[in-house]
Amino acid sequence: MSRRPEILLVEDNPADVDLLLETFEMVELDVKVNVARDGVEALEFLHRRGKFKDAPTPRLVLLDLNLPKVDGRAVLAEVKQAPGLRRIPVIVLSSSSSEKDMSESYDLHANAYVRKPAGIREYKALVRALDGFWCKLVKQPRSPA
Amino acid sequence: MTVAEPIRILLVEDNPADVELTLERMNHSKMRNEVQVVTDGQQAIDCLERKGPFAEAARPDLVLLDLNLPKKNGMEVLKAMRADPSLSTIPVVVLTSSEAETDVVRSYELRANAYVRKPVDLAGYARIVSAIDGFWLSIVKFPGPTTDGAP
Repeated sequence: MSRRPEILLVEDNPADVDLLLETFEMVELDVKVNVARDGVEALEFLHRRGKFKDAPTPRLVLLDLNLPKVDGRAVLAEVKQAPGLRRIPVIVLSSSSSEKDMSESYDLHANAYVRKPAGIREYKALVRALDGFWCKLVKQPRSPA
Repeated sequence: MTVAEPIRILLVEDNPADVELTLERMNHSKMRNEVQVVTDGQQAIDCLERKGPFAEAARPDLVLLDLNLPKKNGMEVLKAMRADPSLSTIPVVVLTSSEAETDVVRSYELRANAYVRKPVDLAGYARIVSAIDGFWLSIVKFPGPTTDGAP
């Protein structure tokens, strides 16, 4: 596989987006990060609708829970029920420390729940760990159905 | 503040070399953890359901599951977990040497959280365990028990 892994980051907070993009650059990983700013954009990207009709199938989705328009829980529920999408790993990346948000995410079949890091060192560790496990090791079925 | 509980891992693996390597790496993790090892699928189910000799077993936060196991195979373990509301949200990482595409597909159908193919060499296996440590132990928040709040 020579193509760079594509990651879809679904995040409405510009500061969090910048920080994550900068971190991906800093640790020099060979991945491409696409950004969706709300739940509608995320679903359009994943379903390849509208301006995203040529969007790639991401290797990994990083999903915030509190999003404008369609919230992260609804995005997660739809992705995990859609035959063509449900096997794309979705990591919930949330600032919420509520037990309810976490168990709800796992109930909706999030592949993992991660709390947003507090500082740049933790961001670097997160990005390296995401790449090390999800991009480099995890095996996906050849056909997406 | 109370001291954080160790992360509890259930390792379902019948290959002694893989077990030894996993224990060795987890021992060096910066995250406190406890690994319970079972060597066949029936033991895995008994341990998860706290039956017989496993009556006192702790609920694992994470299950590392081989597929080719004696007595009951990994798919049966995964299926039993996903059918039990008290176990259905526990993250399961399938770790297998199987090359079969059907195993990948079936594991995800049964809602494995991730599917990882074991390399044949031990160095490769050690890298996998390190990546599991780096992501699952160090970063992931695990769900608590799901039924009637009983720990």
